[in-house]
Amino acid sequence: MLYREAGQFKTNYVSDSAIFPLREDRIGLGLIILAAYALAFLGNSFLLQAVMIPFLVFSLASIGLNILTGYTGLLSLGTGAFMGVGAYACYKLMTAFPEVNVIVWIFVSGFFSAAVGALFGLPSLRIKGFYLAVATLAAQFFLQWCFIRIPWLVNYNVSGALDAPLRTLFGIPIMGPNATPQVRYLVVLTIVILLTWLASNLVHGRIGRMWIAIRDMDLAAELMGIRPLQTKLLAFAVSSYYCGVAGALLVFLWYGGAEYDVFNINQSFFILFMVIIGGLGSLIGSFFGAALIFIMPIVLGIVLPAALSPFGIAVGADTIEHLRFIIVGALIIFFLIVEPHGLARLWQIGKQKLLVWPFPY
Amino acid sequence: MDILYKVFVEPFVFMGEAPDLLIQTLWEGLVSGVLYALIALGFVLIFKASGVFNFAQGIMVVFAALILVGLYEKGVPAFLALILAAAAMLVLAVVVERVVLRPLVNQPDIILFMATFGLTYLLIGFGELIFGGNPREMITGALFLPQGTTEIDALGGSIRLQHLDIAAAVIASIMIGLLAVFFSKTRIGRALRAVADSHKAALSVGISLNQIWVIVWFAAGLVALVAGIMWGARSGVSFSLQIIALKALPVLILGGFTSIPGAIIGGLIIGVGEKVGEFYWGPLVGGGVETWLAYVIALLFLLYRPQGLFGEKIIERI
Repeated sequence: MLYREAGQFKTNYVSDSAIFPLREDRIGLGLIILAAYALAFLGNSFLLQAVMIPFLVFSLASIGLNILTGYTGLLSLGTGAFMGVGAYACYKLMTAFPEVNVIVWIFVSGFFSAAVGALFGLPSLRIKGFYLAVATLAAQFFLQWCFIRIPWLVNYNVSGALDAPLRTLFGIPIMGPNATPQVRYLVVLTIVILLTWLASNLVHGRIGRMWIAIRDMDLAAELMGIRPLQTKLLAFAVSSYYCGVAGALLVFLWYGGAEYDVFNINQSFFILFMVIIGGLGSLIGSFFGAALIFIMPIVLGIVLPAALSPFGIAVGADTIEHLRFIIVGALIIFFLIVEPHGLARLWQIGKQKLLVWPFPY
Repeated sequence: MDILYKVFVEPFVFMGEAPDLLIQTLWEGLVSGVLYALIALGFVLIFKASGVFNFAQGIMVVFAALILVGLYEKGVPAFLALILAAAAMLVLAVVVERVVLRPLVNQPDIILFMATFGLTYLLIGFGELIFGGNPREMITGALFLPQGTTEIDALGGSIRLQHLDIAAAVIASIMIGLLAVFFSKTRIGRALRAVADSHKAALSVGISLNQIWVIVWFAAGLVALVAGIMWGARSGVSFSLQIIALKALPVLILGGFTSIPGAIIGGLIIGVGEKVGEFYWGPLVGGGVETWLAYVIALLFLLYRPQGLFGEKIIERI
């Protein structure tokens, strides 16, 4: 009853091409953002630190990969490495120029991974599909090797690990050991909202349409006057930018310090899961995917022991871990069979149903 | 100039000075190349027949080897365990076809690719739940695989040949020969090739796709079992073996996704290139280049020939 199209007329082109044409959608989005900010003050620090911050970081990385894989149709398995480039660039920048605010460096570090991403995107002009995926594996393994072998990247420190130095914003510590989860959550949330808004504008505008045209049929797109090289490289650059920022956030605002191993191949696959489960070519799908893939194992870890204990089955931590793998794997297959277009499509269907509720059509 | 000398001259001088080391390196490269080819073969079988890029091939290798070792440790005779492990791969093939492939028929490639990811997770969890995560010793002795080494004095030095490596090369060659005969001479093999050419045409002459899929997954399972035994004998059976499966990807790229000879030659090129690169050029950049050299070789190769050595030529139409 509350969710109706009736009575909302589009009287000009601006309102016709609006991303959220329904008033209810706009209100809903506002409420979600409000709730997300309110969570910083209501949620406990476990929720913020172990669930919400990583969820937002992975959402951002998923948006990055979605731009490349979902919107432009280029499969990449190098996401983890591009995230790493962002993190290492951010570390170098903020230790070399500590006087500049770290927020600036988080945004700037994305440009470094964008450049690296565009470089490794060059083969995409000639190869596509799984061949390209394997080509991006070269980026993954080569960059990871660089992280290990080039001590300059970690300022020659002995442990070879990145650590978050103390940095402040308006006198409040936002990074380093003194920063509270609450503050870090707010910073991450703001960055993610800002970049999501930017991505939304990108994919709905001219550039996004170019990407989609390339995805749907690159030859036809080329005949229409879209330059494949520039468009594909732009997709790689923008995608890597998002991944780079996500990588910097991951290390410095979530872990507070990390080694090269964080950016291994499994991280790349993990992000790819999120994108495909969430829905290729959908921004909201990136959030759904991140939520499902990241939060589900946490929930299972809490729920499983409780669910099994009444049957007198005492299970160890490693059994839980294995069961988690099995359930996650089964759920991936299940979701693909039920809805190959991802959770975003389910969401769309749900909204469509809601519009005509209580009638079937 | 110094760096140019180190990159372009010194390694070759070193090769000339110590030919025994070169032969040793080439041999090691060839052996690991054969094993890469064996894993790549599993990928190619499935990709040809069903268009599925089977990411789970790596874990199938581990899984098959684990079943074999696990059964043997329970007291089952080695060769019975081998047959049971093969049977387990058949069960896996049937289940995969029923539960994963059939409902997902006609979906885009990436969805099927993703489904094999799900399968990978499932098998990792399942395998660890049953067999535990500890690395195991492969039962080389019970399977009558030779052990020990032969040293051949030649070229002013000695070359060490592991008997196991020789056995691996021989077994892999036999396996590949059998598959080639199977594909070209038998009825099922021809049906497989028909399916690889065109699903629709194969269906229209009465070939059952479902049956074919079970067969190729089973064949890939058998290849995985052999690969698992060989890799397991070299480096122990553990879940880290599945990373090696990723090495099969550049092999596939070099050879082309749909070509069995391509998988073999690609495997040899990658194996040799990797070992030689690591041994002669690795020290220049601090070692460890083995992790990415294969991918870079494949990447550079792709720029010249996007369909791989023996892949089908890509013709695009609107």
